[in-house]
Amino acid sequence: MSSKFKVQSSKLLKSIFYLYLSVFICGQISVFAQNDGSEQNVTGKAGTFAITNARIVTVSGATIENGTVVISNGKISAVGANASIPAGAERIDARGLSVYPGMIDAGTNMGLIEIGGGVPGSVDVAEVGDMNSNIKAILGINPHSTHINVTRVNGITTVMSLPVSGVISGQSAIINLNGSTQAEMAIVPVYGLVINFPRVTTFSGFNPVAGPQTVDFSTAVKNRDKKLEDLKKLFSEAENYAKVRDAYAKDRTLPSVPMDLKAEALLPYIRGEKPIIFNAERERDIRGAAKFVSETKVKGIILGGQEAWKAADDLKKNNIPVIYTNIYNLPVQDDDPYDYLFSAPMKMAQAGVKFCISTGNDGSEVRDLPYHAGLAGAYGLAKDEALKSVTIYPAQILGIADKFGSIEVGKMANIVVTDGDLLEPRTNIKHLFINGRMLPLTSRHTQLFDNFKDRK
Amino acid sequence: MRKLTGFLLLSLFLLTASNLAVSAQTRKQNEKQTDVLIRNATVMTAVRGTLENTDILIQNGKIAKIGKNLKASSNAQTIDATGKFVTPGIIDCHSHAMLDAINEGSYSVTSMTRVRDVLNPTDISIYRALAGGVTAANLLHGSANSIGGQNSTVKFKYGHPVEDFLVADAPPGIKFAMGENVRRTNFQPRPGQEPRYPRSRMGVIEVMRDAFLRAREYKLSWDEYRAKVAKNDKTAVIPRRDLELEPLVEILEGKRLVHAHGYRSDEHLNLLLFADEFGFRVATLQHGLEAYKIAPEIAKRGTGVSIFVDSWGYKLEAFDSIPYNAYILWKNGVVVSINSDSDERIRRLNLDAAKVEKYGGVPEEEALKMITLNPAKQLGIDKRTGSIEEKKDADIVIWSAHPFSVYSHPEMTMIEGEVLFDRSKDIAMRDEMKKEREALEKLDVNKAPASGGTSPKIPTEKRQADRDDADGGNQ
Repeated sequence: MSSKFKVQSSKLLKSIFYLYLSVFICGQISVFAQNDGSEQNVTGKAGTFAITNARIVTVSGATIENGTVVISNGKISAVGANASIPAGAERIDARGLSVYPGMIDAGTNMGLIEIGGGVPGSVDVAEVGDMNSNIKAILGINPHSTHINVTRVNGITTVMSLPVSGVISGQSAIINLNGSTQAEMAIVPVYGLVINFPRVTTFSGFNPVAGPQTVDFSTAVKNRDKKLEDLKKLFSEAENYAKVRDAYAKDRTLPSVPMDLKAEALLPYIRGEKPIIFNAERERDIRGAAKFVSETKVKGIILGGQEAWKAADDLKKNNIPVIYTNIYNLPVQDDDPYDYLFSAPMKMAQAGVKFCISTGNDGSEVRDLPYHAGLAGAYGLAKDEALKSVTIYPAQILGIADKFGSIEVGKMANIVVTDGDLLEPRTNIKHLFINGRMLPLTSRHTQLFDNFKDRK
Repeated sequence: MRKLTGFLLLSLFLLTASNLAVSAQTRKQNEKQTDVLIRNATVMTAVRGTLENTDILIQNGKIAKIGKNLKASSNAQTIDATGKFVTPGIIDCHSHAMLDAINEGSYSVTSMTRVRDVLNPTDISIYRALAGGVTAANLLHGSANSIGGQNSTVKFKYGHPVEDFLVADAPPGIKFAMGENVRRTNFQPRPGQEPRYPRSRMGVIEVMRDAFLRAREYKLSWDEYRAKVAKNDKTAVIPRRDLELEPLVEILEGKRLVHAHGYRSDEHLNLLLFADEFGFRVATLQHGLEAYKIAPEIAKRGTGVSIFVDSWGYKLEAFDSIPYNAYILWKNGVVVSINSDSDERIRRLNLDAAKVEKYGGVPEEEALKMITLNPAKQLGIDKRTGSIEEKKDADIVIWSAHPFSVYSHPEMTMIEGEVLFDRSKDIAMRDEMKKEREALEKLDVNKAPASGGTSPKIPTEKRQADRDDADGGNQ
């Protein structure tokens, strides 16, 4: 191509060509220079780091007004006013700054939806069918989703991502917001079974001619109970399936049944080894879920939880925590107090319900997690509880508190350094670590900002 | 039947609840307002910085005086705001609160329709917005049409008849829209239904061109008619009135504000060029999620932009939105407002404004302007509201803490000196409301027929609001 070009070229053309070439190369270089991993997500820098002179909000213990956090081998290796700094550690002077654990959002669809409206090819959050116990969110999560960088640069380092459809939606994944493969992101690749708890509803479908159809209340209760019986039947069928398979494994002369992926997937949940995440909002449905948990002896978590505080007794009795996703929602009834859903976390705290606060968002607005917690703080929840509701409490509810959710020696170094209160909208994130890797504070949004901020 | 019972219960309850919630505060609506003195507040004026330990005297619904140690008449209502923050009432330049219908989507040009005709003054969203510090809003037709319906600029005078909501001296406006909603991207026609023109961005601008060319001719027919009348020409024949084209003529004459919904920068720029061609100014680009890409072009035309502060990615045309949008536009000299377009989000616009300090570093007062004075300017009501200044309407919010702090909440919201939201009263009233609800639920009329109640009557009129509208408040 270029030799052919040379033959034809005049001097002028030649110089235009070289100009073009140099622009092209420079363009490529600047693309590489700016690349923050939005596309491939192999980002950040591993190493030994010492964040010094920092206010350390440990969450699990007292706040250290002036101290050091040391990160090595991906973990927090020292914390304290007089923590010794290993030789060769990269020092980060955090004078005037605060160190927090990275925030955790336990109720998202991160990585499963890129563009929800009008781009069905980018939506992998819902499977066909009502009973999809074998579905695993981790296998649909796009590690290169633009939402990941956008979210983490606001201090959220870990999320649970959930499938949504049918009655049994599938199994959730707990992931860090960094990694170029699903495996690199995964903390718990298969965590909880999502069940949209059958509701008592008088709505019975939409008729294109006559409009919405309804049934009376007693029929609605019967319909709900029927669905619960179906679920229980599914559970006992899976148990029977397991018995037959186990017996056959020991004695090949016995009759067997073919492999059933859905039944297999249910087993750890039926046996109470892993939690079932029940999506439920109103008191009646939450109490129904609690009853289901006590009858089937499964491990339960409530997702949603608008009126969880009203069912505190049932929740506490059955050891059921709540992933609360309703701060950015309107009260359902017109005569509910205007701050009904803002103040629910305070009421859960008063009633002794274990809870965490989540955005319940599909991805793009998960970055607002700190403000969800902060608003609960504006309407009665103590500030330190608000902070815990997006750090250590979700870690506890997700069973990862031994590694995440606070600044403690031995935990994974998911750390955010800020210039103010983590939950305040004016606070800036200054440094970010996930699994001890120092990440650039860039995203698709900062790239577009850089591209256009000086356009004349 | 049950549905009806529930509905009756709900509507009965709504009426009583809304009356209760505001009765104490609106009782004096026909009396002469007493003076109000807000004492010792931190006042964020939105124009002259933040004033510490400052008093505000309100007389006849206006801000009479701002200063230290102000004296009020002996019967004045005094509010101790020590340790609290005061801001102008928040103005939302894009809302659909109060609207019983949003889109007349059958045609792509529906300039004859008016949201004024579907305003519901008992919508609970109004009260919730007041509880978030919002006092005024631009109520817009939806975005299904290239040229949508006429908007209403209102103050949220909850508990008042609907006429009181309208800001009488606000210039009239109209909704335009471009992009995915207009081409009905996410709305597939039902089987057998013809798709509506336009189905592409190419078609959207042609619909506008067709409408404005017709409007030009229509205007000409009136101009010629009036010229003939002026010359006493007996052959003058009055043109047939055209309700579709009349508002467009007002746009051409600079009498009606255009609020143009859109996302992509190219389509917004096409609209600006279109407006250049027809000789009008677009008042606001609504949403303008990519407006930052054409900030200089927007600034040059004096067009405002009303944005979501940081929503993005929910559809393809929202994928290039960035939270630095406000900063880039502001830096280019564009008047920017931050809107909600949502009965939920409207409750936390203060936090949306706070975010622009973070993304780019817009100064505090400029950020505050984006939810107060700037939307007032965009709606042409900045002479009366949008800042804390003497002689302006006393549209005021008292906050528990700095309004840009996530831990703050409005304690009191007033419009023209009238307290329409008071958190302490709201909380005090909750027990009373609960008892009333229980009493209502026990009424025979609200019992299901199966459990001994009589069959409910079918309501002939849906809401109080409908009567207000139809009979001019004659109940």
